[in-house]
Amino acid sequence: MSSKSPLLEARQLTVGIGAKTFCRNLDLTLRAGERLAILGRNGAGKSTLLSVLAGLRAPQAGSVLINGASYATLGVRKSALIRGWLPQVRGDAFASTVLETAMVGRHPHLDRWGWETDKDAKIVREALAAVDLDSFEQRDVLTLSGGERQRLAIATLLAQEPQLFLLDEPIAHLDLKHQISMLELFAGAARDCGAGVAMVLHEPALAWRFCDRVVLIHGNGHTETGSAREMLSIERLSALYQYPLHAIECDGRISFIPR
Amino acid sequence: MPTRRRALLILAALAGLALLSIALALMVGSVSIPFNEVLASLFGSESGLSGDVVRSLRLPRALAGFACGGLLALAGALLQVLLRNPLADPYVLGISGGAGVGALLAILFGFGLVGVNGSAFIGALAAMLVVFGLAHGDGSWTQTRLLLTGVIVAAGCGAAVALMLSIAPDNKLRGMLFWLMGDLSQSNDPRLVLGVLTAVLLVSLPFSRELNLLTRGTDMAQTLGVHVTRLRRGVYLVASLATAAAVTQAGSIGFIGLIVPHLVRLAVGNDQRLLLPASVLAGGSLLVIADTLARSIVAPQQLPVGVLTALIGVPVFLFLLTRDAQTGR
Repeated sequence: MSSKSPLLEARQLTVGIGAKTFCRNLDLTLRAGERLAILGRNGAGKSTLLSVLAGLRAPQAGSVLINGASYATLGVRKSALIRGWLPQVRGDAFASTVLETAMVGRHPHLDRWGWETDKDAKIVREALAAVDLDSFEQRDVLTLSGGERQRLAIATLLAQEPQLFLLDEPIAHLDLKHQISMLELFAGAARDCGAGVAMVLHEPALAWRFCDRVVLIHGNGHTETGSAREMLSIERLSALYQYPLHAIECDGRISFIPR
Repeated sequence: MPTRRRALLILAALAGLALLSIALALMVGSVSIPFNEVLASLFGSESGLSGDVVRSLRLPRALAGFACGGLLALAGALLQVLLRNPLADPYVLGISGGAGVGALLAILFGFGLVGVNGSAFIGALAAMLVVFGLAHGDGSWTQTRLLLTGVIVAAGCGAAVALMLSIAPDNKLRGMLFWLMGDLSQSNDPRLVLGVLTAVLLVSLPFSRELNLLTRGTDMAQTLGVHVTRLRRGVYLVASLATAAAVTQAGSIGFIGLIVPHLVRLAVGNDQRLLLPASVLAGGSLLVIADTLARSIVAPQQLPVGVLTALIGVPVFLFLLTRDAQTGR
């Protein structure tokens, strides 16, 4: 487990559900400071790939290593100190305050009988502030809107302080301002703290702006991996989404518009 | 913010409540005994009638009631987490149904108390194994699948119970009905249930923060460092054993396992580190108080305590439901 091992490494990965294969023999590495976007149509297998990368589901073939070790060798506890996973938002069954909900992110840092200390509370409060929820501490999570829940899930993830962020549609339900601020937050984590970030996105323009590399998942087992500039071409994206696109450039940023 | 200090304060208050309820149970009844005589019978050598009543009748019954109430509340709290369903109770997975079938069979064949208890426990274990086996079949047991399997097994047991009630001779019917409604009057040795309660609580407490994570969903718990499969199997086993022990001792006493975790959750929040022990203390106290009422309201006649817990439980629970509806749940 040398420090030169990439944060995330997939070797000859084959992922699928039942008879359907989403990607075949995928090789992928993600190093500290890198940001990777995963793009594809609905049902193409983006979330399934991400959950395999997160160790939640076994691949059909191949292996996933984080910091050079497999999830099985690390165990759930040590894995939780390295990789964090943001699920697509689901409802909560029980009432709880926003602060307590975000506090569960500290779990891997505490021992079996431990209670959260003031230091943990400080980390959690900073995480809530980072997602603009600092005035929501005592609110019941069941009363939050979809976008607020999404930001709370991000705060929980930040409280976990992982090195590797695996994000399943991190900007779902968010308004424009928060879409950009959340993506900037993760870009900042990669730039300033050496985190590795892999995220499922639906907006190629945001992948262009916030990611270095892109994986295109075509849904039939075929995948393409490369730099954002190379992968986010009109031809490739039109083929990926099976819909013709235009590209418009403005102030050095790009926008893709359906014809 | 949850702190250990706050948890200990709340638990100390609830422990006080538990002692009060037991003191009440020792004093009140067809013969009322003043507090100083109760103390004398417990710690001194009071040898008169009141000493006998306290030591050999009321104390075992109060302790058994406390243990059963605690077990049911704990099992309810655990199953609500396991199924991520606030409406789950210890009986939702058919364990009490299995125990009911076992107990009624034993009564029908004229077994004694030990036979009835043993048979009830075997019935509970059988139901637990059937539900686990069926729900676990292909290795992917979702909450919905477990819940549905349990509900179906419970329904099957209910039919078997109804069948036995309809063919039972009249002289056995009363005993059967009392068993089904929940009854503590046969409790003369509380040591086994108290032992099970202690064991179950000691096994659950170290995992309570992991249970907090389980309420957030299995995948979420897994990525935050919980061995989910192992934990869920353990929770199922522990909750089932707790229910089986309580039902064997006292029959299917309803509503404790449903409303106590809810009341505690409303009062102190949904942190299992506090919720589990607090539910034990509150559930135990509530059942002791209900049982004291059951044997003193129409003394010397006794009411089945399950009827009283239900009479208290139904309005409280309906109140909680409408309250939840108003806050937008």
